[in-house]
Amino acid sequence: MINIGEIRGYRRENGRIGIRNHVIILPLDDLSNAASEAVANNIKGTLALPHHYGRLQFGEDLELHFRTLIGTGSNPNVAACIVIGIEPGWTKRVVDGIAKTGKPVEGFSIEQNGDINTIAAASRKAKEYVHWASELQREPCGAEDLWISHKCGESDTTSGIGANPTVGNLIDKLDPLGVTNCFGETSELTGAELLCRERAVNPDIGDKFLSTWQAYMDEVIEPHKTNDLSESQPTKGNIEGGLTTIEEKALGNLQKIGRNTSYIDVLKPAETPSSGRGLYFMDTSSAAAECVTLQAAAGFVVHVFPTGQGNIIGHPIEPVIKLTANPRTVRTMGEHVDLDVSGILRREMTLDEAGDLLIDMTVRTCNGRLTAAEALGHREFVMTKLYRSA
Amino acid sequence: MNDIQSKSSPPDFLVHDSIDSVGVVVVEYVSAGSTLTGWVMDTDETITLQANDDIPLGHKIALVELDEGASVIKYGHAIGRTVAPIGKGAHLHVHNTKTEKW
Repeated sequence: MINIGEIRGYRRENGRIGIRNHVIILPLDDLSNAASEAVANNIKGTLALPHHYGRLQFGEDLELHFRTLIGTGSNPNVAACIVIGIEPGWTKRVVDGIAKTGKPVEGFSIEQNGDINTIAAASRKAKEYVHWASELQREPCGAEDLWISHKCGESDTTSGIGANPTVGNLIDKLDPLGVTNCFGETSELTGAELLCRERAVNPDIGDKFLSTWQAYMDEVIEPHKTNDLSESQPTKGNIEGGLTTIEEKALGNLQKIGRNTSYIDVLKPAETPSSGRGLYFMDTSSAAAECVTLQAAAGFVVHVFPTGQGNIIGHPIEPVIKLTANPRTVRTMGEHVDLDVSGILRREMTLDEAGDLLIDMTVRTCNGRLTAAEALGHREFVMTKLYRSA
Repeated sequence: MNDIQSKSSPPDFLVHDSIDSVGVVVVEYVSAGSTLTGWVMDTDETITLQANDDIPLGHKIALVELDEGASVIKYGHAIGRTVAPIGKGAHLHVHNTKTEKW
């Protein structure tokens, strides 16, 4: 087993380790974005997470909305959290969910107060939280404290050759150390779904994956498709990069989980892993921001993102590390790239060497190095919505 | 790393699996008529092939002649079916190959 060096993170009240120390202002609903952004503007060192939804949702879609918000507030990269909602009932539901972690959280609601009084009260509390959080110190932790999520984007054929197998190499090396890893992108495994079933730790989990994949086909793709998805999956960018079919994209995608590691369970969107340390599959869309937002809400603290043509995504609280093996992407949009593994294409770099470099970049990111997406201000926070509101 | 470099100069295209019917161009400019060097990754073999089309970085070159309706193999698995005959050394992409899913 390899030695990955010292990781220093923030030990939270529930024992989980965070690698960032955010005080976030979390709106319950679209109506509360303005107040949340006003508080974040008033109090430096806080971060608002505006989004589009939260009104008249119901059933499984509403459950997912709450799970995503509560999970985001509960993520160990968040030191403390302000929740602002239009009314107190659902606001309290989110506050109570986050409070189970033991971290400081308080809710404010706008009805019968108005934006201005709400912003004033929430700003005072946010300022208290910032003073408190800014004195928290990093402490040494172990690899087994680390939760890493993975998703690829704007893939091309160099992803399947270089960047994705590099991620797979990282997973094969870190899984034995007790790191918890997660991959997703249900529809994007189409064409490799049977291979993916074989990568489960046992046939029951493999069947759980396959029924999850089949449900995505039956409930999402088939009822809504109007053509062969020839510009959606693969995307126009994928096609520009040389990917021809979903099968080719899926086989490249699956390179991300390495050669030796089996996944130990299948998660619902934004569900927190509870089957112990190991690799998990999560049922997600293949759209980058939706997938990363769900993984962050499940508690993953750092994201590894291989790209071909140059997806530029970030996330407000889960740092997104970009790697690519495409030399043109390195040349034309290098400011988005944290790790260049294009040497694999030139046979100047082995996968083993690339995997070690990615582990080093991941550890440095955990210890505080800002990713390209963080430095460039990418904070994509996109809720997954399952169907129209009532 | 020196061991790897000494084996060969950088390849023009890569092939994942020895049974694949396509390779991936990994240099930025391939023009029709040029003779290309390819690296088969699973067997560590070096092969040569003449390109019959201009092929961009990341796009596929047919390693064998393929009839219309043939299965295209990459990673050792089927990635789609040809919708036109494709000559050896030709550019293989969405204009002559389609998914068997969706």
